[in-house]
Amino acid sequence: MPTLIPPVNALDHVLGAADATIELVEYGDFQCPYCREAFFVVKELLASFAGRLRFVFRNFPLSEAHEYAMDAALAAEAAARQGRFWEMHDALYNRQAELNNGLLITLAKELELDLHQFREDMEAPKLLSRVEADFESGIRSGVNGTPTFYLKGKRYNGDYRDLASVLTE
Amino acid sequence: MLQKGETAPDFTLEATPEKKVHLKDLRGKNVILAFYPADWSPVCSDQMTLYNEMLHYFEKYNAVLLGISVDGAWCHQAFASARQIHFDLLSDFEPKGAVSRAYGVYEERTGISKRALFVIDANGIIQWSYLSPVNENPGADGILEALENLKK
Repeated sequence: MPTLIPPVNALDHVLGAADATIELVEYGDFQCPYCREAFFVVKELLASFAGRLRFVFRNFPLSEAHEYAMDAALAAEAAARQGRFWEMHDALYNRQAELNNGLLITLAKELELDLHQFREDMEAPKLLSRVEADFESGIRSGVNGTPTFYLKGKRYNGDYRDLASVLTE
Repeated sequence: MLQKGETAPDFTLEATPEKKVHLKDLRGKNVILAFYPADWSPVCSDQMTLYNEMLHYFEKYNAVLLGISVDGAWCHQAFASARQIHFDLLSDFEPKGAVSRAYGVYEERTGISKRALFVIDANGIIQWSYLSPVNENPGADGILEALENLKK
């Protein structure tokens, strides 16, 4: 069974309690329709397993298949530089149908980010390396499509719509 | 199915109606052969779509990726164009499945290639092979590990 490489660490974007007993990691693409569906599943999980669940998102943009996937990933990381990763993550999935380069700026404005900084970060090689490092870690971890989930460090091969019942067990 | 240490059977197959690929011409490079059942499987979880994203990682290991299925060259061309695929998809079409058979990965019952991976070194020797359950996308972790081992 493929395992998560590297394990969750200080560089990751993490939601939920630090002492949570369940650790769920997703490799996702902001333009992937299945990831959007999974986004709503995860939202429900975070509500129903509050305090027990810790959720981590790593980038896995399929940039050949999805025109805006890489830029969307960079936008989320640029928002993270201003402490707003999750707001951008949520906004991107909520408005996936409108996704294009203009939307990224619109969302940055709506989140009241420092736009100059945001634009500069989107172009920064450092941010691109970060997204590529996520992608490469995904490959090493056995990601074979998006979304791919890891439960307690092991790849979850089932349907993400069944995660609630799996977590209950 | 051929295993590590065996010589990779040579072949010449059509990549497009105008282009043939001869395995022997790739000596000096590592070659990844990805046999798969058919073009046109679902998008986000598709194996070829995933590999398409990874070409520059493979290049780091001096490796060339070739997809192989029994689909015809015109079918591959339409599939590659629809999915923006930037590596060669070879047609094991006539005689049908001959190369898949030579590698021991032809599924006689259904008449398609099994989902199988081979990493061949620069001298044409198989260094790693893997047969995946047909409904499971094997990802690329095994390929990367095999390529890393080649460097050792």
